[in-house]
Amino acid sequence: MKQCKMRVTENVPLAKNTWRLRLEGPCAVSRPGQFVNISIPGFYLRRPISVCDAERERLTLVYKLVGGGTEAMSRLRAGEELDLLTGLGNGFDLTKCGERPVLVGGGAGVAPLYLLAKELLRAGKKPAVCLGFNESAEIFLAEDFHALGLEVLVTTVDGSSGLKGFVTEALSRLADAPDYLFCCGPLPMMKAVYGAADCPGQFSLEERMGCGFGACMGCSIETKSGARRVCKDGPVFERGELLW
Amino acid sequence: MVNTSVDLAGLRLDNPVIPASGTFGFGYEFAELYDINILGSISLKGTTLAPRFGNPTPRIAECTAGLINSVGLQNPGIDAVLSEELPRLAKVFRKPAIANISGFAIDEYVTCVEKADKAEQIGLIELNISCPNVHNGGMSFGTEAKSAYEVTKAVRAVTKKPLFVKLTPNVTSIVAIAAACAEAGADGISLINTLLGMRIDLKRRRPVIANVKGGFSGPAVFPVALRMVWEVYEAVKLPIMGMGGVSSAADVIEMLLAGATAVQVGAANLVDPFACKKIIESLPAEMEKLGIESLEEIIGGAHNG
Repeated sequence: MKQCKMRVTENVPLAKNTWRLRLEGPCAVSRPGQFVNISIPGFYLRRPISVCDAERERLTLVYKLVGGGTEAMSRLRAGEELDLLTGLGNGFDLTKCGERPVLVGGGAGVAPLYLLAKELLRAGKKPAVCLGFNESAEIFLAEDFHALGLEVLVTTVDGSSGLKGFVTEALSRLADAPDYLFCCGPLPMMKAVYGAADCPGQFSLEERMGCGFGACMGCSIETKSGARRVCKDGPVFERGELLW
Repeated sequence: MVNTSVDLAGLRLDNPVIPASGTFGFGYEFAELYDINILGSISLKGTTLAPRFGNPTPRIAECTAGLINSVGLQNPGIDAVLSEELPRLAKVFRKPAIANISGFAIDEYVTCVEKADKAEQIGLIELNISCPNVHNGGMSFGTEAKSAYEVTKAVRAVTKKPLFVKLTPNVTSIVAIAAACAEAGADGISLINTLLGMRIDLKRRRPVIANVKGGFSGPAVFPVALRMVWEVYEAVKLPIMGMGGVSSAADVIEMLLAGATAVQVGAANLVDPFACKKIIESLPAEMEKLGIESLEEIIGGAHNG
């Protein structure tokens, strides 16, 4: 974890209720699946946001408007300086999968899979990508995964784009049954994926956090090996750890 | 050179700044961020006899200038604290630490303190009779003078280490409770624990916290905490660890002027992991600005004249 100041270079709507924030400044480069905790002027607690993309001094974050804090975030302008804690959480472990893992994302949970896809490609692996959204207007990053040369299957609950149904529908349409999953999304979606695909994998969890770096025990979950903090021991947990 | 050192019931602290229980874990993880030996001491995560997972999530709700927590004393139990957590802390922290002990029955408090008493690393016991997040225990001991007296008296009998009792503000008269603890043989009083509060999610029309209510802390409670430190200082001749919303060196000095001998920093650690370091490093300049040569000389200073 590092505390650093970063400057907003871009803050734009990306899809329905979904914004992209680009930041520049000296920070710890994130591993895929890690997150940052941003201090928003006027709000006491920081806002934990997953890292969508990271280069040496650049961070790209994608966030959903879910309340007053993220709405205030959407009003940040280019040039403003923010106080961040970066490099939080364990991130995905890329060494555990084979050549063709499947990335399964739902809603805002799609964001961290982008950096993961890039790093997997760099490691000589070629993931397939299954993305689930509620409706066509919410779809984001699908084109970016395409641009990486990956097979991308998109589902929408209302059928307004791609396959109709939940992201588990996309999983069942893959040419080969997955032998390893990386999954991030809302809890009901991840539990459905957990139930639909009986293969090893890693699940990135979300929980309401106090500090985001392991001090307050606000985001604890019970796992097979006891109490774990989503922010510090997670957010990524091995399938075998989860009590689902 | 200003002098930041204080004597806390016989424990000499380099400075009065102590991270509050529940906001700093067992300390050692913060040693990855900075040398935690700069701290006056550390009040360790609230510990019970048996391991506890704590309450269901969500356990956290944001508020204006603070937060509500409903962690519910998650901890690995006193035996694991002594055999696993304290040795980890010993590798990175050379000073005596504070054991924060909670329980659900007097004999639990006693057994837990007996065990903590044997640990050389523990320089002071802080008896938590004020946790708002557990039922049939914690705060229920701290809301009546009689039960506060009984648990303090029972624990006093099993430890010679400095014994502080941490009090809840959720009472009619915190002074009466503090006086009962003093009579039972406490060496000092810690105050305040969190204020009972709640938030409602407007979209779901349900309480944010799974357990409905939780403990409110943060800068918003500082004036309440300060007032209670002031009152207890006037009524009880025991050293006080003041806490509640302390976020700056100026807040530390204000707490001392109200009557605190040492000051705990809680919620501030959760929004800035370097909060205690920043407060300690800015104390000398703040003292110089205010013409304070020694912190010990200003304890209770606002009561004079």
